[in-house]
Amino acid sequence: MKLKCDIMIEQKIQFVLNGKSVEVAVKPNTTLVDVLRYQLKLTGTKRGCDRGNCGACTVLLDGKSVYSCLILAPKVNNREVLTIEGLGEPGNLHPLQEAFMEHNAVQCGFCTPGMLLSAKALLDDTPHPTKKEVKTAISGNLCRCTGYIQIIEAILDAAERNAKKGR
Amino acid sequence: MELFQIRPFEYFKPTSLHEALLFLEKVGEAGKVIAGGTEVVIYLKTRRISPKYLIDISDLKELEYIKENEEFLSVGSLSTHSTIEKSPLIKKRAHILGDSASQIGTIQIRNMGTIGGNLANASPAADTATPLLALGASLELMGTSGKRVVPIETFFIHVNKTILQSNELLTEIQIPYPPPNTGAAFMKIGRRAAHDLSIVNVATTVTVTEDVCKNICIALGSVAPTPIRAKKAEAFLKEKTLEKATIKKASEIALEEIQPISDVRASANYRKEVSKVLVRMTIQKAIDEIEM
Repeated sequence: MKLKCDIMIEQKIQFVLNGKSVEVAVKPNTTLVDVLRYQLKLTGTKRGCDRGNCGACTVLLDGKSVYSCLILAPKVNNREVLTIEGLGEPGNLHPLQEAFMEHNAVQCGFCTPGMLLSAKALLDDTPHPTKKEVKTAISGNLCRCTGYIQIIEAILDAAERNAKKGR
Repeated sequence: MELFQIRPFEYFKPTSLHEALLFLEKVGEAGKVIAGGTEVVIYLKTRRISPKYLIDISDLKELEYIKENEEFLSVGSLSTHSTIEKSPLIKKRAHILGDSASQIGTIQIRNMGTIGGNLANASPAADTATPLLALGASLELMGTSGKRVVPIETFFIHVNKTILQSNELLTEIQIPYPPPNTGAAFMKIGRRAAHDLSIVNVATTVTVTEDVCKNICIALGSVAPTPIRAKKAEAFLKEKTLEKATIKKASEIALEEIQPISDVRASANYRKEVSKVLVRMTIQKAIDEIEM
């Protein structure tokens, strides 16, 4: 019996990464975080615990926050991934990034990319979140420096700025 | 470079249910099914499993749905916890399933993990299992030679073991509509609110007519090798008026039916105490819901 699916050792996958289509050959036993960091050299996505606990590797997959350390690379074929590199750029920061800077929501910085992407997923879905909704939204991202208060304030502030800008 | 090097495997990503079943039939015990990956990838990284073949069913959109039928609510096994948590149909027809889904892991985990995966993984602490037990759900298991529908009560055999054959996929969860005057409640105790496994979770549904308990299902998780029903406590309560003292007695009877263990999350004694309280509280909460 011949089956249509390929039995593959290494597989070429294509996906939209930060708005641009990319093609990369991946081994199925690697995870998305490693493909991003070591093959595509996008080191903004951090690898912390590597087993779905800390949230440092958070990226958006089709607009939803996910742990990239728990995603086998071939799974993202034909899908859309947003990493911190696609959120804003020097000179044109995302309102969340500006708010994080102004509120000193960054100390060591290791949790920040994941924190920002979780916050973006929240604001895309709920443009005017309550403090409780913000806390829930970042409950899958651990920060061992700030005590979270500045991060929560920054996200609430960014939501307010968005509202003023009509975004 | 890698903290956890995953052993190589051959990777299949079928594009239809039929194709997935053919693969499963072909590779048998050497294959492992992966859906959301929130458990399987961790098992791969820690080498708890090292399958020769990995069958990624996450592209099977035909298994991602929640719809109303005449007799029951159908939930496709690839529905994520996030989808279930937010579904108006679940809220209306089986809110305790939504309540439990909303307390699983973190947002990231809920965006990835599926209800089918949660059940097929068969953790004693699986949060979606207890509400489904209390709701009297059935599971549709599909193989190349056809499908069978089994009550969820018969699905779990032991820790991480179910009746699912290596050539079968869990395709649908069927939740019957409760009779009138039925209330339901789910409660979970973890070490903290976010991102933790249950120390104990309890789901209860109760049907009361003219102050008499006509039917009751009490399901407990994380207190035995599989999620279980407290059948002695249920039998004790049937045809009785649900007064505080009666409910308290039932919660004590439920204790005889569980065999909790001590582990990193809690001691067996603590689990017993919490089970008693949660059984009592979920019954009361379910009753209050009817009266509302």
